[in-house]
Amino acid sequence: MSAAIHLSYKVDGSDFTGAGTASAAIKRILREIGVDMDTIRRCAICMYEGEINMVIHANGGTADVYIDTEGVKMVLKDNGPGIADVEQAMQEGFSTAKEGVRDLGFGAGMGLPNMKKYSDEMLIDTEVGKGTKVTLIVRFPKGGGDGA
Amino acid sequence: MKISEVAEILNAETLSGEELMDREVNSACGADLMSDVLAFVTDQPVLLTGLVNPQVIRTAFLMDIKCITFVRGKKPDGEMTALAKKNGVVLLSTQFTMYKACGLLYSKGLE
Ligand SMILES: Nc1ncnc2c1ncn2[C@@H]1O[C@H](COP(=O)(O)OP(=O)(O)O)[C@@H](O)[C@H]1O
Ligand SMILES: [Mg+2]
Repeated sequence: MSAAIHLSYKVDGSDFTGAGTASAAIKRILREIGVDMDTIRRCAICMYEGEINMVIHANGGTADVYIDTEGVKMVLKDNGPGIADVEQAMQEGFSTAKEGVRDLGFGAGMGLPNMKKYSDEMLIDTEVGKGTKVTLIVRFPKGGGDGA
Repeated sequence: MKISEVAEILNAETLSGEELMDREVNSACGADLMSDVLAFVTDQPVLLTGLVNPQVIRTAFLMDIKCITFVRGKKPDGEMTALAKKNGVVLLSTQFTMYKACGLLYSKGLE
């Protein structure tokens, strides 16, 4: 699986307003290269929840996106506090987000479950005190529609 | 129905996307939590919400929502309006509460 396209974004941890900019850019690119709407939406949701998490929990990070003929791989990496109990974090409704984040429409503990639901593969590599790397793969549907 | 009819039913003010009012919409959803929109929305081109921040516009763009209606007379700032214009999202503002706005649209055939 050699990546035909590699895109890299910095996600600013101090700017909640800007969160989602990279997701929007990816959506535009996927649309331009002719990827089907359902796949675009799944990628957008995964990437957006990932971006939001890096901003609200980890003071920002980087998002690397690789696109090839099979699908889209998103790698979200931060140097934040890490996740002590991944199994617990994956549960719907579990959140350590502060009240202010909830007022902004996030922090309901649905991010990681959403990412799991909409990706084909999800891998969380995390260490407390060091950071978190979330890898998400969304595959193109079989039979055409590979966007290439 | 057309977005212009949504605006009419809700007696809403159009804040962005006047040129997109002819677009057809067939269903709607109401939510204040953007994570809920990301989790449960599939093909609901109208979003009613009481939440006003740029992430609402971004969520709409990412989820192919064509029209955001802010309830209880809430209005976005210039930055949000500019973002909506850039992303081709119609912004409406109605005085009705979430409950009433949803009820009105539902009774007029918007699912
Ligand atoms: N990048 C991250 N760095 C540190 N902790 C994280 C990160 N992403 C998620 N978490 C932890 O996992 C929990 C659940 O995440 P999520 O399902 O996205 O819900 P929410 O973001 O609404 O809290 C968060 O509350 C947080 O404790
Ligand atoms: Mg989250």
